[in-house]
Amino acid sequence: MTYDWDFSLLAQNWPVLLRGLLVTVELWIPAMAAGLALGFALGLARLSRSGWVAKPALGAIEVFRGTPVLIQLIWFFYAFPIVIGVQLSPFVAALLGLTLNTAAYCAEIFRGGIQSVPKGQFEGARALGMTRAQAMRRVILPQVLRRMLPAFTNRAIELAKVTSLASVLSVHELMYQGRLLSATYYRPLEILTTVAIVYFVLIYPGSFLSARLERRLAARS
Amino acid sequence: MTTTPLLEVEGLHKAFGPHEVLRGIDLAVMPGERVAIIGGSGSGKSTLLRCLNFMEVPTAGRIALDGRTLGRRGRDGGTVYPESELCGVRRRVGMVFQQFNLFPHRTAIENVMEALVTVKGTPRAEARARAEAELGKVGLSEKRDAYPSRLSGGQQQRVAIARALAMDPEILLFDEPTSSLDPELVGEVLRVIRGLAGEGRTMLLVTHELGFAYHFATKVVFLADGRFYEVGTPDEVLKHPRGERTRSFLARHSEFAF
Ligand SMILES: Nc1ncnc2c1ncn2[C@@H]1O[C@H](COP(=O)(O)OP(=O)(O)OP(=O)(O)O)[C@@H](O)[C@H]1O
Ligand SMILES: [Mg+2]
Repeated sequence: MTYDWDFSLLAQNWPVLLRGLLVTVELWIPAMAAGLALGFALGLARLSRSGWVAKPALGAIEVFRGTPVLIQLIWFFYAFPIVIGVQLSPFVAALLGLTLNTAAYCAEIFRGGIQSVPKGQFEGARALGMTRAQAMRRVILPQVLRRMLPAFTNRAIELAKVTSLASVLSVHELMYQGRLLSATYYRPLEILTTVAIVYFVLIYPGSFLSARLERRLAARS
Repeated sequence: MTTTPLLEVEGLHKAFGPHEVLRGIDLAVMPGERVAIIGGSGSGKSTLLRCLNFMEVPTAGRIALDGRTLGRRGRDGGTVYPESELCGVRRRVGMVFQQFNLFPHRTAIENVMEALVTVKGTPRAEARARAEAELGKVGLSEKRDAYPSRLSGGQQQRVAIARALAMDPEILLFDEPTSSLDPELVGEVLRVIRGLAGEGRTMLLVTHELGFAYHFATKVVFLADGRFYEVGTPDEVLKHPRGERTRSFLARHSEFAF
């Protein structure tokens, strides 16, 4: 079986993909950043001694981790507006869904990391008069952030790819543009291969830098 | 001479769920007094000590520091302890743990400086000078830049003592400070603690080292079933115990010579 690969159409259409890439980044970076921040809060809530705080946090985490992201995005676009009475743009719905999903995973990373520090560390800090926040900031987190780095990197890589699901809401990100071109030119193989390469080029530098940072941090201790 | 006790405890109770560990402890510690707390495993020695700096919050009872009762009356009649007050109490009541609890990501001197800077707001240069002085006092000047993982247990415990001392505590609590040390390292830590006694510091020490307790303490209490079963001078409690349970406890630890 022979197939005539023809990448020439990409020579004219690369600006379309570039615009898509831009939207992908606009989903990826904010969702990761907000997901980290929200995940930290959610992770702390999960560790709270008060059941009134810990149980809802656990519930939210399990819902987001236990259901398909695709359905979450669709739900935020179609169902959530009915609940709150405000129509969201596809982009905002996708951003919201991706952020909350990322937050749920990051919460578990934070929780696991914080719990991995022996309780005596916290007590040592508290016995010196530190507040909970000071103990967390000065004693607990510095010890665990390094250990959490690989997990957060994985999450960021996963999220970069998962942003492609926003295409089902017609968010004009990379995957959507790729599907659009495929439908126009009937050249899905060339186009999707190119799209995959663009994702790889987007993700690889981050994963490379993170591995280097990890080695540097490991060398320092 | 009559002064107010530095530490006063009245009717202290502590329960973990249905399990009553402390069942009414009364204790007054005058400035400069050194109290050794002895008792069987699980008798509540650690719990008592941890209540005194509020690592555990008492279920009932009154604790006063320098004549001032801590906490305030809650709506349900119990005592509530605001977090800010407890942080203040912990600055005044230092604690040294059996497992040292040093911060592994900080060097010896950084361990000592940490709370000076974050809790007391001491400028870094000043905190460093103070930390160096404290490390010097426990004989660890040359280990100042070592991480805890590079120190022996005895050295770690001495850093932990320096760290507590740097905060200028009015009272020091020691919870079996030598129990997790190899026998040959016990001496160096006990020497440091003996030095603190010489300075006239107010201290409470939970220990199984009865020989050390005898020479160290001005008062010995034997804890059993969450109560003070016997209280007295080291001579009274350790040499001439009146209670049956004190006697059998001491008999089981007869390898200690005073
Ligand atoms: N956080 C806790 N939750 C539940 N039970 C606890 C807790 N801390 C202590 N206990 C229980 O309280 C009792 C007294 O414990 P504590 O540690 O005060 O004893 P101890 O006299 O210090 O014993 P040891 O000599 O073994 O250190 C034990 O039965 C212990 O299981
Ligand atoms: Mg104990």
